[in-house]
Amino acid sequence: MKMVMAVIKPHKMDAVREALSELAVNGMTATEVKGYGRQRGHTEIYRGAEYTVNFLPKVKVEVAVSDDLVDRVVEAIQEAARTGKIGDGKVFVYDMGKAVRIRTGETGDDAL
Amino acid sequence: MLTGKKNHVVPVLAGLGAMLWPGLAAAADGLNSGDTAWILVSTALVLFMTLPGLALFYAGLVRSGAVLSVLMHCFAICCVVSVLWLAVGYSLAFSDGGYANAFIGGLDKAFLAGVTTDSLSGTVPELLFFMFQMTFAIITPALIVGAYPERVKFSAVLFFSAVWLLVVYVPVTHWVWGGGWLAEMGVRDFAGGIVVHVTAGISALVFASMLGSRRGFPDHVRPPHNPGITVTGAAMLWVGWFGFNAGSALAADGNAAMAMLVTHISAATASLAWAAVEWIKFGRPSVIGIVTGMVAGLATITPAAGFVGPVGALIIGLVSGIVCQWMTAWIKHRIKIDDSLDVFAVHGVGGILGTLMVSFLALESFQGLGLAEGMGVGDHLWVQTVGVVSVAAWSAVASFVIIKIASAIFGLRVAEEDEIEGLDITAHGERSYDF
Repeated sequence: MKMVMAVIKPHKMDAVREALSELAVNGMTATEVKGYGRQRGHTEIYRGAEYTVNFLPKVKVEVAVSDDLVDRVVEAIQEAARTGKIGDGKVFVYDMGKAVRIRTGETGDDAL
Repeated sequence: MLTGKKNHVVPVLAGLGAMLWPGLAAAADGLNSGDTAWILVSTALVLFMTLPGLALFYAGLVRSGAVLSVLMHCFAICCVVSVLWLAVGYSLAFSDGGYANAFIGGLDKAFLAGVTTDSLSGTVPELLFFMFQMTFAIITPALIVGAYPERVKFSAVLFFSAVWLLVVYVPVTHWVWGGGWLAEMGVRDFAGGIVVHVTAGISALVFASMLGSRRGFPDHVRPPHNPGITVTGAAMLWVGWFGFNAGSALAADGNAAMAMLVTHISAATASLAWAAVEWIKFGRPSVIGIVTGMVAGLATITPAAGFVGPVGALIIGLVSGIVCQWMTAWIKHRIKIDDSLDVFAVHGVGGILGTLMVSFLALESFQGLGLAEGMGVGDHLWVQTVGVVSVAAWSAVASFVIIKIASAIFGLRVAEEDEIEGLDITAHGERSYDF
């Protein structure tokens, strides 16, 4: 099992959700986060004064998937979240030790 | 003008009327129920400007950890001023001061002694005049809240506001509206360009420079945390300002209608001017910009509202939208005083501009309502300048001394870690947003 964590542009969240639904991914967790990468921050102007905003709003999507699905999930996220402009975000994949469905007590791939 | 009006009502047939319809008996005493109704409404409108209008306007402009503290400042100032206004403020501003009348009123009406439900001020109950004027006394120190947010001690705010009311606002009100020396000279301040905006603007600048900047100023302060709240408050200010300016006619008549009209036109023009300049300079017109322009236009028309006409209002709006914006940048980036929410640049500069421009925009050639009898444009300009300069000087000196005393007794600034944590939690133990 793998945990796929992607940080994406907020307006791409629906596209990512739809792309993953087509792969029969049954659930995901999304969090509003702030961060920066190569894009750095940006500046906002209020009453003529420039304010540097170092952390930009992004959405963090977390999806737990079985090993055989992971490459297609990563690919789908990359396709759906891509605009080609700086600031599109990143995808991280890491090993997951255990998964439990709280209601039934199922574990492993059955819990996903 | 806000000075108490003389009783013009001629009691023709009043006796007969009183017999036919008891309600008319009041007319025989000089009370005008139309005027009274309008000033009752205006009083509510002007209080609405401070609570919640100004409070929300400011709350949206600060960082998210200091929202409640700004609301608290405005609310507490309202309460403190109300009590002081009843105790001695009203009396010192509007009663006769005897040999010292040029500078300050007397204590005859302290705690409204001798003022009954039958007492009149012009054509309205004196109790109503007291209330109407109280709402002006409330908003003026509340305007200064914009100079010191995110870092000031609450005790210093209370002390400063209370003493400032009695030492700056009350005497200046007496000079201009209470029959004092500026009134004798014929100064024109319809609704408070000098009394409200010059006093608050200058004092804000003094406070901000003595208190010091917010941490990280000018390059690393937090941007306004919620411009939407600011727009909500600004919209309330616009509506409330109808009571402020048109109410200052102290009558429900054509003068009040014209005051309302020019107030509205100036606000609209200044909003457009501010946004247009931003559009040209920065490529985008901002929401905070357009509403700040509105406040500038309203502050600038305030001294002129009952004296100028529609064309004057257009000119005042245009000038204020451009000049106040320029001053905002100048104070923060050149002079580097962290008058955080631009009280001086918007209110102070606006009040000064309007007070001076009324000298010639009152001319009939600008559709104005005319100059005072026996006075030319030059005479007006001289008197208006004396008014602005003397009140600005008094506001600066008195504020300096009050802040020195506040600093010695309470200290002005919170500890740095409290400023970082945010005044909401550290000064009041509450938070506005709990995620």
